[in-house]
Amino acid sequence: MNGPITTRSVIVERQLPHPAEKVWRALTQGPLIEEWLMKNDFRPVVGHKFTFRSEPMPQWDGVIDGEVTEVQSHTRLSYTWSASGLKSVVTWTLTPVEGGTHLRMEQSGFRPDQEANYRGATYGWQRFISNLERVLGERA
Amino acid sequence: MRATPDGVFKALADPTRRAIFERLMRNGEQTVGALTDESGVSQPMVSKHLGVLRLAGLVRDRPEGRSVHYRADPSALAPMLEWMKTYATFWRGRFDRLENLLNRMDQ
Repeated sequence: MNGPITTRSVIVERQLPHPAEKVWRALTQGPLIEEWLMKNDFRPVVGHKFTFRSEPMPQWDGVIDGEVTEVQSHTRLSYTWSASGLKSVVTWTLTPVEGGTHLRMEQSGFRPDQEANYRGATYGWQRFISNLERVLGERA
Repeated sequence: MRATPDGVFKALADPTRRAIFERLMRNGEQTVGALTDESGVSQPMVSKHLGVLRLAGLVRDRPEGRSVHYRADPSALAPMLEWMKTYATFWRGRFDRLENLLNRMDQ
């Protein structure tokens, strides 16, 4: 099951026939993360700065810098995601369901990484994007 | 994760520029003077912001007599939306790999 794409965020959701505890391990343990996402020095500790590395591609050096911002064991994991000069936040939510786990990934808050003065203004950005959707909707 | 729509993100990262762009989206074509009256910053500042928006392709200008009229061009947002679509594709692929890993893992 794939989620919608909005201008505000990228959301992917899937029902997995595995317990949340196991999914959590795959999301948080370095060697396991490497198997499905990227090479990394990740640790599920708030404030930990890490790097994801994959093969460089044209126009992308293959490096993602991040910092862990939220860890709620088996439930919720959040980290920043900086790539190619754009920063966003990736949040994983695990919900136990019958026969497994509902896993949701949301990547949101896209903004230029170098604009430090913009950091306090996430709300403004979100509001802008939603206003924009409304205006575009009215014109459609 | 290929070319990022840097210019568009940068142009819209500034709250005053966002406000100007929003206003042009909402009200249609306007002159610098009209925009200045509403924005609470000086006319040279508004002109400067319009210049950045124009470079990013978000705003088009049309000179008429002594004044220049500005209007929003929402089609310039397309690279930003395109870039987010690339991420959606990326994550779906990674979800497939995650599922595959989970199937191979012990409980």
